Amino acid sequence: MSLSLYAEVLIQGVLTGLVYGLMALGLSVIFGVVRVVNFAHGEFAVLAMYCAFVLFGLAGVDPIAASLPLAAVFFAVGYLMQRAIVQPFVTRPQHEQFILLVGVSLVITNGLLLAFGPESKHVDLSYSFDSYTLGGVLIDKTRVYGATAALVATAAVFAFFRYTMTGTAIRAAADNLTGAAVVGLDVKRLYAISFGLGLACVGAAGAIMMALTDMTPLLAPSLTLLAFTIVIVGGLGSMTGALAGGLLIGATEALASVIVSPAIKSMVSFGLLVLVLALRPQGLFGKAEA
Amino acid sequence: MFAFLTRRGAIALALLAAALLAAPFLVDRYILSIILLALLGAYLGQAWNILMGFCGLLSLGHAAYLGVGAYASAVLFVNYGIGPWAGVFVAIAAAIALAAAIGWLGFRFRIEGVYFALLTIAFAEIVRIGFDNWPFVGGAAGFFLPVSSATQHQWWNLRGGEVFFYYVALAMAAAALAAAAALRASKLGYALLAIREDPQAARALGVDVTRARFKALFISAALTSVGGVFTAFWTNNLFPAQVLEMSRSIDIILAPIVGGVGTLFGPIVGSFLLVPLGEALTDGLTALGVNAPGAKALVYGLLLMAIIAGTPSGLWPWLSRKLGLQERAE
Repeated sequence: MSLSLYAEVLIQGVLTGLVYGLMALGLSVIFGVVRVVNFAHGEFAVLAMYCAFVLFGLAGVDPIAASLPLAAVFFAVGYLMQRAIVQPFVTRPQHEQFILLVGVSLVITNGLLLAFGPESKHVDLSYSFDSYTLGGVLIDKTRVYGATAALVATAAVFAFFRYTMTGTAIRAAADNLTGAAVVGLDVKRLYAISFGLGLACVGAAGAIMMALTDMTPLLAPSLTLLAFTIVIVGGLGSMTGALAGGLLIGATEALASVIVSPAIKSMVSFGLLVLVLALRPQGLFGKAEA
Repeated sequence: MFAFLTRRGAIALALLAAALLAAPFLVDRYILSIILLALLGAYLGQAWNILMGFCGLLSLGHAAYLGVGAYASAVLFVNYGIGPWAGVFVAIAAAIALAAAIGWLGFRFRIEGVYFALLTIAFAEIVRIGFDNWPFVGGAAGFFLPVSSATQHQWWNLRGGEVFFYYVALAMAAAALAAAAALRASKLGYALLAIREDPQAARALGVDVTRARFKALFISAALTSVGGVFTAFWTNNLFPAQVLEMSRSIDIILAPIVGGVGTLFGPIVGSFLLVPLGEALTDGLTALGVNAPGAKALVYGLLLMAIIAGTPSGLWPWLSRKLGLQERAE
């Protein structure tokens, strides 16, 4: 096996990892603020993939371009979902939140199964098979576009939390809930915005993924697990961690699938997860709990 | 053991026991198979509840213990001719070894709460992918036991007809209930409840928290693996995508959560609600002419959301209060 093949695989993995990172960022934002683990995360990603698929079929919209409107729609869905369904569960035990979101995931997956059937779907883009050559290394054009879009979206989320008033207020609520309520912040609204932002990340990431891979409703649980692995490795609740975890897992899985075998690749990332939990339970970028 | 039940509660329990014992003579095979599934669900739920309900550790990977137990006993039986009554001990040993690895990581490094839950998922997935790619146990194509016929009663090899398996499941569910009740009344049981409420306070009172957690984890894993042995010999086929899948873990924990986490009768009430509900949905939708795959699970998901939103601490606490079945809250 030549060195350039490894370089190729590594670059593909890193590019895919950026998209994974955006998806995981959504999970991390929701957990970091609302303290609810979104066990339906992969299901929302697959829902976004189907939306992108339908948009492509009906109007020929490029899935990567569709990531912007889908992020907006998913924001609204997340906002309403937090207000209507999740909010009463915020103070309830984890296992009850888990059951609620298992319910949500069953509804999404099976709704999609009913509507589209179990066959795998994919989109053919005009540039699907194009690639760039960089010093003898081939890089997929789709992946470059997708990763760029993911990076822009990630940067936008970071900028929102850093530079806007609402973003700052959300960080305050995440740091000190009581304090935030005392100074008069509308915590329920901030939670709804955070859940909305979390789903906006998945919406955008899902749309981009439609350009990169085939998809079926049955893919959802493995995407949920992928997002979990990334945020645990990076640090649950840490935004930088989600991005770094995405890159790390993307690269590891890509390399593992050529070095060992594609079937084993997710085992390698779970192994990485166990290793991180053992050595640094709060994740690479997480804050240790006092 | 069940002193907390009122007179009315004790009578209800006795009536339930009598009805379940008599069921094979009263109902047809289809209904019996549903009750059997509910009993198995109650048994597995009870096993999970010992870890979550008594000790406060949320495991989302119990399918791993189930699958390991199922595969261990099935492989011993088919490849080496070792019957399940011996194989069950190997199954238990294998499940405890797996639990020891999870516990060692989790407890030694203080991985708690949601992190522990995600650790259990990671382990269960590693086990599933491992079995999926392990040719010796058939990989993803599955592992099969020779089908037993209804006439061939070899109870010593756990081979027999539907009624035989029904009584085995009933005995297991009853034994798990008795074991959970005995555990809760024991010194270890009190230690576990103390840990569930406040690990640090329990430690301050001299409870060896790590040791007690290991014990709860081992008991829970061992009981679950015995359920796996039953599953293997009852269904005669094992696929990693069925016995080891994440959705299997979710199935195991739905009944005790819906019934009431940490209660003795919660897993039973939950299972006897959810299993027939699932079956009724299948029948009901078919009768309505809806035959599409996914319709049942979609409605089931909605019902699950409604149930969990409506009864925060589970059905059993609410039910027993309404009907006056127990003296004090469990």
